[in-house]
Amino acid sequence: MNATTQSLPAARAPAHRTHRFALLLRREYWEHRGGFLWAPVIASAISLLLTAVLFVIGMVTMRKAGSDAGIHLDDGTTMSINGLDLGVLAAQMSPADKAQLAAGIDITMMLASTWPYIVMMFVMFFYCLGALYDERKDRSVLFWKSLPVSDGETVLAKVVSAVLVIPLIATLVAIATMLVFLAMLSVVVMIHGGNPIELIWGPGHPLAISLSVLAAIPVYAIWALPTVGWLMLCSAWARSVPFLWAVLVPLLAGLFVTMSNLMRLSGLGAEWFWTNIVARMLLGVVPFTRHDFARMDGADLEGSGLMQLIEPAAVWSNLLQPNLWIGAAAGVAMLVLAARLRRWRDEG
Amino acid sequence: MNAHDTAVIDARGLRKAYKGKPALDGTSFRIEAGRIVGLIGPNGAGKTTALKSILGLVPFQGDLSVLGRDPRTRRNELMNDVCFIADVAVLPRWMRVREAIAFVEGVHPRFDRTRCERFLANTKLTPKMRVREMSKGMIVQLHLALVMAIDARLLVLDEPTLGLDVLYRKEFYQRLLEDYFDEAKTILITTHQVEEVEHILTDALFIRDGKIVLDAPMDELSQRFTEVLVDAGKAEAARALSPIDERSLPFGKTVMLFDGVDSDTLAGFGETRTPGLADLFVATMKGTYA
Repeated sequence: MNATTQSLPAARAPAHRTHRFALLLRREYWEHRGGFLWAPVIASAISLLLTAVLFVIGMVTMRKAGSDAGIHLDDGTTMSINGLDLGVLAAQMSPADKAQLAAGIDITMMLASTWPYIVMMFVMFFYCLGALYDERKDRSVLFWKSLPVSDGETVLAKVVSAVLVIPLIATLVAIATMLVFLAMLSVVVMIHGGNPIELIWGPGHPLAISLSVLAAIPVYAIWALPTVGWLMLCSAWARSVPFLWAVLVPLLAGLFVTMSNLMRLSGLGAEWFWTNIVARMLLGVVPFTRHDFARMDGADLEGSGLMQLIEPAAVWSNLLQPNLWIGAAAGVAMLVLAARLRRWRDEG
Repeated sequence: MNAHDTAVIDARGLRKAYKGKPALDGTSFRIEAGRIVGLIGPNGAGKTTALKSILGLVPFQGDLSVLGRDPRTRRNELMNDVCFIADVAVLPRWMRVREAIAFVEGVHPRFDRTRCERFLANTKLTPKMRVREMSKGMIVQLHLALVMAIDARLLVLDEPTLGLDVLYRKEFYQRLLEDYFDEAKTILITTHQVEEVEHILTDALFIRDGKIVLDAPMDELSQRFTEVLVDAGKAEAARALSPIDERSLPFGKTVMLFDGVDSDTLAGFGETRTPGLADLFVATMKGTYA
């Protein structure tokens, strides 16, 4: 090294690397608090509010109709709540009935918490599209680049925000939604003389489901990498309308392949191209893999319930799928390219 | 990378073209430590490209060493010692004052929060305020406070006062001189508002069509250049000394600008005075837009 750098006035000890990186993540959160936090929270609040209204309507209708009515839950299962005495009913349930009740509660609970996840997918998609484009558009990239933060660090912080921070916040909101939903259900059960511990919290698996969805985050982070990489590449490259580039390029490529029968030469159909290329470039933000579809096909939801689908062992079996890793590698390659583009891109 | 080189910036034969049109065309210059250098040139002369090369923001050809490092390959370490304010307010609009301070403090090893807060105490800025709620002058105040709190060795300012009213412009340069500049620091400024910076500069660099056409300390400029209000009738004799610029005034008088002619000789033709930087600029850049 040269003498000039060594004779510098002593600088404050540089901040610890992890602290620095946490600060880069916080910067993303400051900028996108609306999407990261408020969007899933508001979606959850609205869905809970609607559920509460439905509960009230259901109970009122039931009172009027007499003892035959039940509450129809979101997924179509009917929870027969005999208005007169749920306690008696619970005492008469067979083990099979109980298993079915448990499965029903788990599924209903998951469905109640889907809204934060649906919002999360949109937030993730548009966050990635804007991540390296917005800063060029408003020229704030010149401010970020005036600080000693490398392009690699910046892109990494944005990727971690997209695949870990956004899903983590959405998942926590979803868990809270589930618990509030169960609490609301408990109130309904209590009004009808049932014991919520016995009928809701006992048979359902709120804790196991919460831990499972948290444990699933890393798997879907890897699953999302090709989409995140593609969107950020478009974000770093496009001079304008990154959305159109990001969406049209894969779609037109898919159409071209379909019409030209190109893939037939390689022995793979056009369908292969759509599911393995186009979908992986655009739909990775959906936390559901092809392997998950396959597992779901053979599953007996009514009998053994939801747990076997979302338990960590089952979700982590995705990691044994080669196509998960091939996609992840392609995603990383596109992210490296995006960081290079950010390094050398000259903004007028 | 020579260890004994004292230059803060040493540029040799920089070249860069945009779509075939050269923006830097063999640009060479040296800037020593403890100077305030004005890089002055007309629009499109290559000022911004030169600054972007120094900051490692664009690729270019040629040899360039900034604080002993090549900005193309060692940009990340370089940014520990170099600060810059780009031509327009580039602070992100969503950011709050306290977030900006927290962020710069976290990523910059030479940032001093107390200094920054002291500078901000003299402004109307509050920690909760967002950039999008500020006037242009306030944004520049914030940016300047952030940058002045960093103990950097080179500060690059690209049209820092563009679009500000005269109060903010005066305050900006006064702050820079009183609270920031010292002999260990170097400041490189580009601006169109030559009159406003000329008394704070120690050196002037004129750039035209990607080439440095004038490179001199300010005190040398005042010795070299003389402006004469030539009396009517003496114009021909004065012209014989080959003035670099001349313009006619009403009533037969002519103003001529001489480079390197003894001022006692020139006093014989009429009233002499030291030209302003703006006069030199106009004379040097004549015909640029033709």
